[in-house]
Amino acid sequence: MTAALTQILAHLLGRLPIGWLQLIHKPGRFAAAVAGVAFANLLVLMQLGFLGALTGSIALPYRALEADILIQSSDANTLQDGSPLPRARMLEALAVPGVASATTVHVGRLDWRQPNGSNVNLDVLGINPGMPSLRLPEVEAARPLLAVGSFALVDRTTRGLDPVLRARLEAGGTQRFEANGHGVTVTGTFSIGGGFGADGYLVVSDQTFLRLFRNRSPGAPNLVLLRATPGEDIAALVGRIHAALPTGDVMVRSVMEAAAADTTFQTTRRPVGIIFGFGVAIGVLVGGIIVYQVLSTDVADHIREYATFKAMGYGRGTFLSIVLEEAMILALAGVVPGALAAAALYAGISAITGLPLALEAPRLASVFVGTVLLCLLSGTVATRRLARADPAELF
Amino acid sequence: MSAPPAIAVTRLNHAFGVGEAERQVLFDVALEIPRGALVVLMGASGSGKTTLLTLLGCLREVQQGSVRVLGTELNDASEQVMVALRRRFGFIFQAHNLHESLTALQNVRMGLDVHGPAPGADDAAAHVLRLLGLGERLDYKPRRLSGGQKQRVAVARALVGNPEVVFADEPTAALDKESGFEVVALLRRLAKQRGTTTLMVTHDTRILDLADRIIVMEDGRVKEGG
Ligand SMILES: Nc1ncnc2c1ncn2[C@@H]1O[C@H](COP(=O)(O)OP(=O)(O)O)[C@@H](O)[C@H]1O
Ligand SMILES: [Mg+2]
Repeated sequence: MTAALTQILAHLLGRLPIGWLQLIHKPGRFAAAVAGVAFANLLVLMQLGFLGALTGSIALPYRALEADILIQSSDANTLQDGSPLPRARMLEALAVPGVASATTVHVGRLDWRQPNGSNVNLDVLGINPGMPSLRLPEVEAARPLLAVGSFALVDRTTRGLDPVLRARLEAGGTQRFEANGHGVTVTGTFSIGGGFGADGYLVVSDQTFLRLFRNRSPGAPNLVLLRATPGEDIAALVGRIHAALPTGDVMVRSVMEAAAADTTFQTTRRPVGIIFGFGVAIGVLVGGIIVYQVLSTDVADHIREYATFKAMGYGRGTFLSIVLEEAMILALAGVVPGALAAAALYAGISAITGLPLALEAPRLASVFVGTVLLCLLSGTVATRRLARADPAELF
Repeated sequence: MSAPPAIAVTRLNHAFGVGEAERQVLFDVALEIPRGALVVLMGASGSGKTTLLTLLGCLREVQQGSVRVLGTELNDASEQVMVALRRRFGFIFQAHNLHESLTALQNVRMGLDVHGPAPGADDAAAHVLRLLGLGERLDYKPRRLSGGQKQRVAVARALVGNPEVVFADEPTAALDKESGFEVVALLRRLAKQRGTTTLMVTHDTRILDLADRIIVMEDGRVKEGG
């Protein structure tokens, strides 16, 4: 096995693969170094995975909105946190040419004590059942039902959803529950996907919403959803609506813009995003330090051999290429187990939390390239010790 | 002799340290070694033999005087010139200085690869090792070789590239009398076959019979044979 690899490397390098031979000469140290690189890779991939899940899950509810343009209170950073805005804004927007239809959504947060006794925390979306509001076929189909009573649909991917309950709902059963003194019957499910905020989503009619949240008023929703007439330039339309509305209290943005701004906010201004970003930096640092340590120790250990090679007429380039060869081998050998471990953990965490964790090819590729670059950088720094290899000291 | 000598040294002085600590160790050294000769360098410990060898071998910069090796002046020579010259030398150190991660064959190949990749490198390296009686040990790493075997691998590494000058500093010090003599006899045989110039530091009196010339140093000066 190693003999075959030696052959291949000799062929690739056009010289004896001294770096490789040095590494496998000390299998214990080699394994530790590879484990270190793999660990750093795993660390970075996990953090990027969480960061990706965070940004992915932020986009999910925006994608579910049946809208081109979103009006929110100007203090809103996310779909959930803005103040209510006057319903009059919807009517003003509707008067702008190019706006085909408009509807409002109330957003609130609710704790639901499930039949199995556990609590889940839900973002409640109160929609006008007379209008399409969400691009979710189950919700569309249930609109007539939502209109006639206190009915609700729950996100089946809700984190911590009672599995017995979910099975019953998916089989067509119902579940009545009481919240804030009002009884609601869950009649079915849909899927938006879990996030880092609430555990999941609950969709009800605006009437039901107002019974669940007694301090909210029908004239003050959280979101105004606008559809443009087909073929309309959304950016231009946003500008016209913006001009038509009184300044100051609301933001008018395309849904995509709003999702992007939310993502930026949550990844850079909220602790959760900052922590994951910090985790990536720590992983990079740990990986760099491990590789530097291994390579510079290796250079120090072989200083006499390198001095001998210098005496024989080998130049600086040879030593740099030996160390970079080692760096490349560590990078390649570390990436594979690191990625495999990350894939396993992704699958596990995704199954437990419902977070959209996926080991996407671009992420894997950038981590791989980053690992190689970092290893090469560490290797180059490690060769500074080579200056101490003085062939005159050999005799 | 009409051909230029392999090594010609005149008025060579060398000192270690600077200022207060400066200590001169070579004084007005002059010597001439013709091509193809096997010259033994003798002298008490500390008399400057190793220092002289490292200067001639382009491992140390010449401070004062003239050193011409293979027709090139080393005083003020650039690093590139020194490195290029080293490739035409073979070094045998007191310690074998083999690379522990490489097999005997791979160690010997290092002496060949410095001249660039060549198709028959493994065969050439194996050939020299067989000449030295190590045909059965080609794939052994140094750890599994005896002291004498290791030194013979080092000799093979020095000789495989057909060097024009071989510098050997007490190559037999780590060996018993028997294998020490064997190694030197072999060096001499190869020197005569290939016309290699050999400069060897040794205390081994039995080896003196094999030398074409003996240079004796004392307190940094050539006392005899320069
Ligand atoms: N790198 C060095 N720095 C300072 N002094 C040295 C160094 N190398 C050798 N010397 C001194 O130079 C003198 C000659 O040493 P050396 O050439 O090794 O002698 P020999 O090889 O004949 O034993 C000794 O006194 C030794 O201490
Ligand atoms: Mg000495």
